[in-house]
Order: sequence, then C-alpha cells, then structure tokens
Amino acid sequence: MTSPATAPAVVDAPTPRSDAPRAAKPRSVRALPYLLVTPAVLALLVGLGYPLYWQVTNSFKEYGLAQQFGQAPEWVGLANYVELLTGSQFWAVLLKSVAFMAVTALVTMALGIGLALAMKAVNRWARLSLQVAMLLAWAMPIVAQMTVWNWLIDSRNGVLNYVLSLLPGVDMIGHNWLVNPWSFFAVASVIITWAAVPFVALSVYAGLTQVSGEVTEAAQLDGASGFQMLRRITLPIIRPILVILLLLQMIWDLRVYAQIELLQGFGAAGDKYDLLGTYIYGLGIGQGHFGVAAAAAMIVMVFTIGLSWFYVRELLKEDN
Amino acid sequence: MTRRHSLGRRIGSVAIFAVALLWAFPVYWMINSSFQSAPTISALEPTWLPFGGTWRNYSAVLDGSSGFGQAMRMSLMITALSLVVCIVFAFLGALAISRFKFRGRKSFVLAIIIVQMLPAEAMFIAQYKMIAGLNLLNTVIGVSVIYIASVIPFTVWMLRGFVAGVPADLEEAAMVDGCTRFGAFMRVTFPLLAPGLVASGVYAFIQVWNEFALASVLLTSDSSETLPLWLRGFAEPSTLGMIEWGQVMAGSVLVAVPVIIFFLIVQNRMTSGLVGGAVKG
Repeated sequence: MTSPATAPAVVDAPTPRSDAPRAAKPRSVRALPYLLVTPAVLALLVGLGYPLYWQVTNSFKEYGLAQQFGQAPEWVGLANYVELLTGSQFWAVLLKSVAFMAVTALVTMALGIGLALAMKAVNRWARLSLQVAMLLAWAMPIVAQMTVWNWLIDSRNGVLNYVLSLLPGVDMIGHNWLVNPWSFFAVASVIITWAAVPFVALSVYAGLTQVSGEVTEAAQLDGASGFQMLRRITLPIIRPILVILLLLQMIWDLRVYAQIELLQGFGAAGDKYDLLGTYIYGLGIGQGHFGVAAAAAMIVMVFTIGLSWFYVRELLKEDN
Repeated sequence: MTRRHSLGRRIGSVAIFAVALLWAFPVYWMINSSFQSAPTISALEPTWLPFGGTWRNYSAVLDGSSGFGQAMRMSLMITALSLVVCIVFAFLGALAISRFKFRGRKSFVLAIIIVQMLPAEAMFIAQYKMIAGLNLLNTVIGVSVIYIASVIPFTVWMLRGFVAGVPADLEEAAMVDGCTRFGAFMRVTFPLLAPGLVASGVYAFIQVWNEFALASVLLTSDSSETLPLWLRGFAEPSTLGMIEWGQVMAGSVLVAVPVIIFFLIVQNRMTSGLVGGAVKG
C-alpha cells in the first residue's frame, strides 16, 4: 500500500479472503460476534442514532423560540417542509451549493487525475517532490489552511495581491477578495481544491501503479498510441477508483461547512455568503427555528444519501 | 519509459517540480511568516526568506495569556478519550465482521456504511440539542460522545480491511501447532495487525484533533476551546480590524506541524507491506 494513511481503506483495501468467516462453532463462540459488535453499535446509537431520531421527528414539529422556553413542540405535519420549499431563500442556497459542489468536485478530479498521470510519466525526484508537497497540503488542519490562505489573500500585505500587482498595468493592493460573493466562493473553491487534490492524485496514482506492465506493454506492441492507451486501457482499469473518488468529492463539497464559516468569520458575514451548511446552522442555532432547520437538514441528508448510493454499492461489492 | 521520450520527460519533470513548489507554497509561507517581526510583515514588499527572523511570535503565542496552553489541554483530553474508546470499539467490531459469519452481519456492515453517509453538517442541530439536553455543552465527554460515534464507522471499515488481510490460515496453522484459538489470535494475528491499528489510530487522531465544525457548536465557552477553535478566535480581526499576522502564523504552525509530522511518519510506515514477510516465511 503506497497510498497515505487516510486514503487506502476506501480505495484499495485488501480484498477479504472468501474463507475468512468460518462455519460450525460451539454455542459460546456463536454469541461472540454479537458481543464484539455491541460496543460499536451502542456508541453509534447514542452519538448518531438518537440525534437522527430527534431530527426526523422534529422536522415535523413546530419548534421555535417558544419551545425553547419550555412549551412542548406540536406536530405540524409537513408545514416546515412546505415553508422551506415554497420560500425562495432555500432554493437559492440549494442551487448555489449544488453549483459550488459541481465546479469544485470536477476541478478537483481533473487536476487530481492529471497530476497522477503526470507523476507516472516523470522522473523520480520530480514525482517525490510533488508527493511531499501534496502530503504537506493534505495534512494541514482545516483551520490552519484557512488562516494561511486568509493571510495569502490579505488585502494589504497578502502575497497574492503583491504578485498580481507585479503584472504591468495591474494594481491589486488593497483589493479585498472576500467582499464580492462570486469572488468569495471562488476563494473557497480554490482552497478546498488545493486541500482535496492530494487525496485524489495520490489515490489515483496508487491505482495506476497497480495497472500491470504486461497489459500496457502488450498494447504498445500492438501499436497503441499514448492517448489510446490512456483512453482504452488505463482509465477503464482504474475506473472503479475514479467513480468512488468523484462521489466522495461531490459528497464532501456539497456539505462543506467549516471553510465557509471560517471565511465568513474572517470578513464577510451575511447570508449572501451562505451555502447549505452555514444556512442550516443560522436557521437553527442562530435564529432558533429548530423545526425548520431540522427539515432543511433532512432534505440535505436525503440528497446526500441519494448521491452516496453508488458509493455504498461499490463498498458492498468490496465486502463480498 | 523509453529513451526516445527522455527530453519530453525532463521538461515534464521540471513542470511537475514547479507544481510541487506551488502546492507547498502556502505551507512554506505559513512557516516563513511566523518568523517575521511585525514591522517586516507589514512592509509593502514581502520578505521571501525567514533569515534574520525572530522567535518573538512564538513566545507571544506560548505565553500563558494567549489561551494556547488551555486549548492544548482541552484538545489532548478530548482526543485521548475519543481515540481510545473508538479504536477499542472499532477493533472489536472489525473482528466480528471479518472473522465471523453471523446473522445480522450484513445489516451491521450496511449500517456502518450508511452511517458514513449521514452528513455530519446536517446533524449538528440535533446533536447540539441532545448534548444541551444532557447538560454536557462545553464538556470533554459531551463532544467526545459525538466524535466517537462519527469516527467509529470508518475505523471499523478500515480495520476490517486489515484484519481480512491477515490470512486465517496463519491462525489455523498456529492452532494445529497447539495454540488455543485465543492464543493463536494474540500471538499470530494481533502482532500482524499492529500497523493497521496504528494507521487507524492516526486516522482517528487526525479527524478528532482537527475537528472544527462540531466543536464550534458544542464548545462555546472560552475555557473549553480546543486548538482549532482557539486558532479561529486568534485569527479573527480585532474590533480595530488589526491582525497580528506573524503571531497568527506562529499559532497556525503550532497547530499544524505536529499533525503534519505525524502524518508523514506514518505515511512511511504504511508503505512497508502488511503481511509480506509473514507469508513468505
């Protein structure tokens, strides 16, 4: 396994041996697997199961400020959902989030695959330097990523504005990148892409090293050009990895919260800078509309699970 | 691949090296800026190299009044508690699904996978209400309960791969040689799993140590801040709009560098194969 610590299990975990689970055991051993899973199941029920239950039920209840002060929440059926789906604000945020996800995930995938292919084709020292650089970016904690980028794009002393101003006829000193919402989301997208490409590139590269030399040699002998080899041989072989990576990127980019919330804190507060995560947070913990927030969270959840279905199918295949 | 391509290959190598420099630049810039005094850093011309730098930013951060030490303690306690519980629970679960056939196994595997898809960001409100209801806001236990539950699924899945990668034949061979089932497991399988446990542990450590979003919801008092929360507060502009960039970068280095080093070391250990030696005998 050459891929880094957090990559492999999803992508190239060793396949389980078919003879691993064994049959025919005395009764005491038969109870053992249940004992073994009990602690994990309990932990999941407490930390995720109950909150999920709360969320589903409260998305059908009126739970606003009055309920905060002790009044029992009332069942209101689909009222929260109707309120959300008939208002324009939820749709605007949803649309923005989906667009943000699509652009960020596609750029991340394109760059990641491109760099992985390039790593295969260049000299060892160049490949190593890129691997180290990517690990550095990947290992950065999110908050540190954001403080550093906020410093890079600082309006007065940031390197970005300085370098851009070196171009003839350009004066960017004093330009604040976080004021215009388009620019705000572009900055967020660049930062997320910078941090996410390493995972994609290194995973794809690990996949490429598993494409056997015999196959590519045979294709070369048959006169395949470089591009043909890529399209007809290499990409089809690593396709399962690519599908999983794309799905993961889409899921992660759709639910992005920390980066947006931090960028807002650094100088762009207001709901025109919201994506789904910060929007739901504002509805619930910010304004105390817990019922509506729960409904919005449910919609996001169903949407994400829909996206993840293919991912689940891939993982289940791996389990068989 | 062949000699024909050597010129193209050299150009490509240089280009990739340039990309590598670009990618590492933010990390370099964080370190470089952390060594610069306030006047140097606010000069119009950036200072590209940290020569003649100062440690003053670091001493300012490590000084008791910045809150760094307090946040470090909080992070350590939360991470230690979550990590130990998560690894033990996940390891047991992984053993069950990769070494046993039992009714409900499929449902457990499915649950583990589906739970990973629940967007954590959409569960905050509910988790906040639960923890608030238990009076555990701003406590180590409150946030750890949620961390454990959110890290377990992936850890089980990751460990399952490692456990399944140790052939059951090895254990059976030891049993033929007279070990009990438990003895065979402890002497043969468990040592082979050490790298897997380390890898999963590091994974869980990084997740919990870096976690920001949930912590920002559940830990709202100053005295319960974890390191990521502390850094956020430290980096936000003061009421006068002033930011001490040198100190903010020193703080970022102190938060990031331990994680980066950890990550790189384990990355190396991971590359030595899992059971290669054991099977070749």
